[in-house]
Formats: sequence, structure tokens, C-alpha cells
Amino acid sequence: MSENHRIQDHHYEARIFMHRVLVAAVVVLGLLGMLAARYYNLTITHHDLYVTESEKNRVHVQSIAPTRGLIYDRKGRLLADNRPSYTLSLIIERVENIDEILVQLRQLVKISDVDVERFSRARRKGRRPYEAVPLRYRLSEDEIARLAVNEYRLEGVEVEAQLIRFYPYGELFAHAVGYVGSINQRELDVMTEEDMHDYASTRSIGKVGLESHYERKLLGEVGYQNVETNARGRVLRVLERKDPIPGKTLQLHLDTDLQDAAHSALSGRRGSVVAIEIATGGVLALASTPSFNPNLFVTGISHKDYNALNTSLDKPMYNRAIQGQYPPASTVKPMLALAALHYGVNDEKRSIRDPGFFQLKGHERKYRDWKKRGHGNQVDMKQAISESCDTYFYDLAHRMGIDRIHDFGLHFGLGARTDIDIPNENGGNWPSKAWKNGRHGLPWFPGDSLNVSIGQGFTQATPLQLAEMTATIAARGVRKKPMLVRTIDGEVQSPVEVERFNVSSRHWDIIFDAMREVVHGRRGTGQRIRRGAKYEMAGKTGTAQVVGIKQDEEYDASKLNARHLDHALFIGFAPYDNPKIAVAVVVENGEHGSSTAAPMARKVFDAYLLDEKGKLLSDAAQDDLFAAQLAENEL
Amino acid sequence: MNQQDFIRRMPEASSHLRRQDGMWQKLHIDVPLLILLLALTAFGLFVLYSASGGDGHYVRRQGVFFILSYIAMFSLAQVPLAMMQRWAPWFYGWGLILLVLVLVMGTGAKGAQRWLEIGGFRFQPSEALKLAVPLLIASYFSQRMLPPAFKHVFWALILITLPTLLIVKQPDLGTSLLVATSGLLVLFFAGLRWRYIVSAAALVIGSAWPMWHWGLHGYQKQRIMTLFNPEADPYGAGWNIKQSKAAIGSGGWDGKGWLQGTQSQLDFLPESHTDFIIAVLSEEMGLMGVLALMGLYLLIIARGLIIALKAQHSFGRLLAAGITLTFFVYIFVNIGMVSGMLPVVGVPLPLVSHGGTALITLMAGFGILMAISTEPKKVGL
Repeated sequence: MSENHRIQDHHYEARIFMHRVLVAAVVVLGLLGMLAARYYNLTITHHDLYVTESEKNRVHVQSIAPTRGLIYDRKGRLLADNRPSYTLSLIIERVENIDEILVQLRQLVKISDVDVERFSRARRKGRRPYEAVPLRYRLSEDEIARLAVNEYRLEGVEVEAQLIRFYPYGELFAHAVGYVGSINQRELDVMTEEDMHDYASTRSIGKVGLESHYERKLLGEVGYQNVETNARGRVLRVLERKDPIPGKTLQLHLDTDLQDAAHSALSGRRGSVVAIEIATGGVLALASTPSFNPNLFVTGISHKDYNALNTSLDKPMYNRAIQGQYPPASTVKPMLALAALHYGVNDEKRSIRDPGFFQLKGHERKYRDWKKRGHGNQVDMKQAISESCDTYFYDLAHRMGIDRIHDFGLHFGLGARTDIDIPNENGGNWPSKAWKNGRHGLPWFPGDSLNVSIGQGFTQATPLQLAEMTATIAARGVRKKPMLVRTIDGEVQSPVEVERFNVSSRHWDIIFDAMREVVHGRRGTGQRIRRGAKYEMAGKTGTAQVVGIKQDEEYDASKLNARHLDHALFIGFAPYDNPKIAVAVVVENGEHGSSTAAPMARKVFDAYLLDEKGKLLSDAAQDDLFAAQLAENEL
Repeated sequence: MNQQDFIRRMPEASSHLRRQDGMWQKLHIDVPLLILLLALTAFGLFVLYSASGGDGHYVRRQGVFFILSYIAMFSLAQVPLAMMQRWAPWFYGWGLILLVLVLVMGTGAKGAQRWLEIGGFRFQPSEALKLAVPLLIASYFSQRMLPPAFKHVFWALILITLPTLLIVKQPDLGTSLLVATSGLLVLFFAGLRWRYIVSAAALVIGSAWPMWHWGLHGYQKQRIMTLFNPEADPYGAGWNIKQSKAAIGSGGWDGKGWLQGTQSQLDFLPESHTDFIIAVLSEEMGLMGVLALMGLYLLIIARGLIIALKAQHSFGRLLAAGITLTFFVYIFVNIGMVSGMLPVVGVPLPLVSHGGTALITLMAGFGILMAISTEPKKVGL
């Protein structure tokens, strides 16, 4: 190319370059304009949307679990407490590798196989997202410190202080107070939206006993706080807070002294003792043995422990006091004698000859008395009750008929649940013609009535029902609903009178006298418990057959399997002249009401009526002591 | 040689350039550019302080980087353009060798090898190529007739592609893109014919599909997918964009106040002190702050283009315009990606994001601009 051309090229180049810079400038301005528009769109046009989004990031609503209500006995002793406990939990959603973190944690804190097993079960169970799954409870100070130091490499691991239910008396109140446990899938399934809200951060729920019955009262009201969190979910500050309202405090009629007396008396045996305060229907003792340690359930019981409890032949988790249905045996006799007086079937003076058995007219079968040779030629009502003469009551029942027996028994609460304030109660059975026809499709045979007259056959009652019957007798027909809770948040729960049944007081006197004779009479079946007593008692023993004894066959304890031995029963009230407490005792395979069951009742009477030095408390002294103990314990 | 003669005989450039003769000229400092850079630096440190959660550590570190980068700028400004032109091929050649070394013995993180470690000193050779490539291309074309012939365009493209591919291989998509762009921009300013540009654009679009299948890493694909539908995976791949949009948008017109941005201060915004720092600015100072920053950038770009227009030789011209526009590409890609307009490719916000290497490269580029701007007139040679 020529020089000339090159010079032209240079100008051309400069022009091209100028042109290109211009294009570039336009493009730069255009693109910056686009960016500005984009930012305008985000910051101005959709400002609200992104403000919401960033607030959602930052502000979280956290629910705060209320403190569960405490449970005290009648004298202010704490039966169900909340104790602070540090729990190591994992938030599964935030943990990258569970197995790895478990290995890491094991180097820092003691984690047993049982903990891991319980953790895996809790993980599989239904739970809310981002809900922490507990791995180890009750961390020690050292362990907390070690976890804190390593916190930075333990994403998703949390140590939280929470209040855990604790039952200081262990197995003593397991059947009455019950226990709480983790909310399970079944319980979650039946929860309404509102329930879910109430339990937003509560982990446990009452499973049995008072803990279950008064669940909503004990729960309290959930609190809320708006918290500012960072991206890792750490709470930085609380923006707003509504405090939770603690659950209500329950004070029970139960008296630890009586409960302990009953429980110790039963120790080593299967059975139940129920004591009721006659004036109020308040349950002073509700013991069922064997029992179990309710604290095991609070943080989730291990398979091994649960299996041991569940497969034990002694059924420790079975609440015999309200669920166990036993033949009441001779304990129904005073009530039946009263019925006979009331209906005019017998008067107290009428006596029978007892050859040791009873025969229905035109029947071969002999209905035997427990005393082979009978109680003599002139057995009247008082003797029949004090010596528990079966033949007398066979005769009485035969002449009274099942309809009247049935009607009368209903007034004492037989055959129906007492509606005590703990769940899973059984109602026993107080048979009638209609019942037998409906249940077995058979007519009522006269022999059936004879069996009912000695509390056998179709007759069944729980220890609680027997105690209620006894209390009704002691109160001369006034039946009160048995209740465990005395006050809720200090508010006294008024006793509930179920029925006031009118029977002539002369008839009551006769029955009272006969029942006193059981204990204090020369030949009374319960006489061994009167020794050293500072007060008078009235009662009735019972011995219930567990297996049917064939006609003409004799009961021979040595031949029977220990679990086929007779149940021992006793009902009674004291003091005789001013009844305050009614007690029912059932000892499975305890053989004799007189020797096994009655002394247990005596121990409970003593615990209630005597002071620490064994002196009888006057009414005033009892009230004073009660008030003093209450004040002392609540301080 | 003929060409050299031709340059020497060039008519003297416009007389107003003489007025610049003085102290600044001797120090090779372009005053308007320096003022703008200082303003931007100060603004950047201010935002960084907040973006790093009020942690002075990052600001002090960045301050040290700034000092180093200003030193680099002033040093480069002293280098005569002719020398730059002469050394450009060598510079480029060393760069290529280092890139190969990175692939052989480099270190890095997240499955990418980007760093070379020599005697405890760690650096990223790909950064150097951001300057070496435009230097070489500008030098190449300044010795050739413009607009460039097809043959020269072809060779230039080879020279651009070589380092780009080596960087893609690390893999570092963001840097490779910027390296290629820095070379291509020079090509554009050299007067690359529009018909080439249009056909190249057609070719790129046509090759997008095979590129997608064989050319990109899983994480790169995911980043691009995320762009189109970030809400599909808000807790995974879309998290960054979701959070940065929330930060930008919640700032509104005047922002939540310095150090008051909840997205950034509470760590919801990832990489808040590096790539996503403009989201912090927008959250705390609002659209106002963003526009102010864009204004500063625009002024710097304008100054860069003016320097390019005033340059005496085609080498300086091409280089100045190339560097300036590369600077703009940085800005556009970063601001665009943080707001969810462009794929997240890992490009820092120039002179604001925390990080030493990118800063030194950028300021070195401005050093070259100053060298061009203050080149002594070669009168009467």
C-alpha cells in the first residue's frame, strides 16, 4: 500500500476507534440503566415483598413451655416436682451426618446404648419439624462444659435446660399420681389444632393417674416470644414476650403417712389398700402393689425396663385399686343384712340352725359354710356377721331374692364406676336377672342368689368400690364420690354427694354393732386387730375363692398353687362412735381376711387416728396438726 | 519499520494536551482518575466494614491491600508505553507457563485449582492474564492495519483462547470469562468488523447446547439453572440469590442504616463481604447508595474512555479502552448476578469486595491507564 493510503488509514482508524468508543459508551449507559432499573424494581416496586422476606428470616416466633403444675399431698408434701435438667438434643434437620455426630458426641459425654436406642425410637416417631430430639438427659456440669467448648463443630447439637418431672416418692404414688411421658404419635394424631398450639413446646403429657386426668389443669398456658435469630438459628435477642402461665397446683386428699402405711403393709404381696375420709369422700390412701418407679417413664423408658414391667406375672403397672375386680366375698354381708332389715325379710333376732351347709328345697346340692360343722343351732344376725356365717346369708338371700339384693346394693355404689378422678377405672359387677340374661342368655337360678350372698359367683368389685361401700355404711347411707384432689390452686373442691339413702337408724345401729363385734367381739373374725387399739373399729373380713371348689371337696391350701390361694379381704371404719375413715383391703392369694387383710387396715387406721407418739388425736388436735404440717411444708 | 517511521511522522496531537505538562504529568498521575479511585476506595472500605459485621480485621486487611494496589498502580504508571508494548509477549508467555503449572501443581478449594504456592507465598496466575491478554492483543494490533484482517483476527482469537481454556480447566468460569472479555474488547475497539461480530454471536448461540452438555461442570450448570428458577431450591442452590434479593429489596430507597441490615448482620446473606457486598450496600443504604456507587463507576469509566480517546498511539488507545470496558464488565456481571439477573459466576465487585488479588490487578490496570494518560508527547522526533 502506498504512503498515501496509510495516512488515510490512520484517520480512518481514529474514526473507527471514536465510533467504537461511542458504541461502548452507549452500551455502558444502557447496561447501567438496566442495572439501575433492576435495583429500582427490587428496592422500590417490590420493597414490601422483600421486607417481609427478610423479616421472616430474622424474626421467629418461639413458644415457651409453661411449668407443669405441682402436686402436693394433703399435708403439703411434694409428690410431683419439676427439676431442672440439662438435656442434650439433636435437631435432625440441621445435622449433616447423624452417625458421625454420634461418634463425636460419644467422645465428649457418656452415651449408653440405651440412650441411642431411645433416641432412634424418638427419631422415628412423629414429631414437628426442627423439633429437637433428646439424646441424653441429666448432663453433668463437666459434660455441659465439654459440649460448650466443642459447640462450634457440633452443628445441630443443643444443650437445653428444661424442667423434668420428678416424683420424689418413687413407687409410692405411682398408681395414684401416675406419670408423664413424651407425647407419642397416637396422642399427636388425636390433637386438634388448638391442642397443638397449647403443646407447642411441651414435650410430655400425663399418661396415667392424676397426671392424665388433670392434664389440662397441670399443663398451664403456653407463652410466646418473638426472637431475632441469625442464619444458624441462634437466638440473638428477644423482641417481644408473652410469659407462659404455669399449670395449676393440685393438693390431694392423699396423705403420705397413710399411703406409706398402706404400701408398707402390702409390701411383698399383690394387693391394694384404699382409705377414704368419710366426711368428704376424699381418698386418703390408694395403694396398689407391686408398684413401679414412675420416674423411669418421664424421659422415656428403655425396652429392657419396660419389658420387665410388662411381662412380670405380678403386673406392677396394673392399678389394682381401681382396676382389679375381685369377688367381695363376705364383705358384702353387713350390707345384705341391712337390706334384710330394711325390707323386713329378717329382723335381728331371727336365728337359724347352721349344720354347716344350706340346701334349697328339692335340691341335692349342699351350699357349704366355710366352717365345716357350722356355727351352731341358734345363729342370729349379729353372730352371723361377726363370725361370717355363710349358711345364715344363704337363707337370707334365698328369701330376699336377687331383685331386692341388686336394688339395695346399687345404693352402695356396687356395679358402677365411682368416677374417681383418675382414668381407667373398672366398675365391677353387681348382678341382676336382666344382667345374667343379657350376658349369658340364661335365667336366674336360686343358687345364683346364694353365691351373691357370700360375694362370690357373678359378684365383682374393685378395692375402691369396697372402700366406697364401707364409707357409705359408716356415713349411714350418705354416699360421696371418692376424690383424690382436695384443692386446685388453693381452691377447695367441694365434696360431691352422690346419694343420701334413707334407712332407719335402728337398722344402722344393728349393723354397726355387728360390725363392731367382728373386731371387738369374743369370737369375731377380725378380733386379732383390736389388741392395743386406742379406739374402737367396725369391720368385716372376707375370704374370696379364686378357683371353684367342687361340691363336697375341701379347700386344702397345701394342695393349691400359690396363685390359686384365696384372696384375703377386709373392710372397716374407725373410730366406731364417730367414723372418720373407711378402709378396704384386698390381698391377692392372702388366704385369710382375718390374719392378712385386717391387720393392714389397722395400720392405716393408726396412721390416721394416732399422733407420732401413738396417742389418739382429738378432732381439734387433728385439725391443728393438719394445719401446722400444711403451713410448715408450704413454707 | 515503515510503520514506526509513519508514527514518528505523525502530525502533532492537539495542542491542549500540552496544558497537562506539569508535576502530575511528571509523576505520571492522572488526577481526575486518582480522585475518583480514592473516593471509590473510601466508599468501598465503608461498606466493607459493615459487610464484615463491623469487624475491623477485614477493613485493616483490605487497607493493606489498597496500599499495595496503589503502589502497584503508581509503579506501573511509570513504565513507558513502548516498554509495555515490547514486553507484552513475554508477560503473556510467562502467564501461560504459570497457568500450566497451576494445573499441574496448584492448590485450591471446592474442587478447583487456582493458586500457586511458592515459598509460602500464594497467588493466582489467572489474575495476571487479565492484564497480559489485553496488553498482548493491543500490542499485536497496534502493529497492524486496522480494521484487522481476518487472518489477524484469527491469530488474536487463538491468543485469547489459549489462556481462557487453561483457566476454564482449573475450573474458574468467572475469571476465564473476564480474561476472554478483556481480549475480545480490545479486538472490538480495534475495529473488528460488525459482520464478524454478528456471525460470532450466532456461532456462540449455536454452540451453547454442546457447551452445556460437555463444557460445564455440575456446579456451574447448577448456578445457571438456579438463575432461572432460584425458588425451586430456596435452601440449596437458590439460597444465595433468594437472600441477596431479600437484602437488596428490603433496603428500599434509603436503606435500613449503616450496620443495621438484618440480612447481612445476621448472616442470612452469604459471602456478604466478598461477591455479594452490593446487597449489603443496598440493604443498608438503599437504592440511593447503589446509584451513588454506580455513578462513581460511571465517572471512572468515562474518564477511562476519555484517556483512550486522547491517547496518541493505537496501542495506548486500544489498551485504555479495553481495560476500561473490562472494568465495566466486572461491574455489570457482579451487580447483575447479585440481583439475580445473571448467573452467579464468582466475580467480585471491583474495589469494594474484600480480596487482594483482584484488587491489585484492577489497580495495576488503572496504573496502565495513567501511563497512557500521561505519556509524554513525542514531538519532533
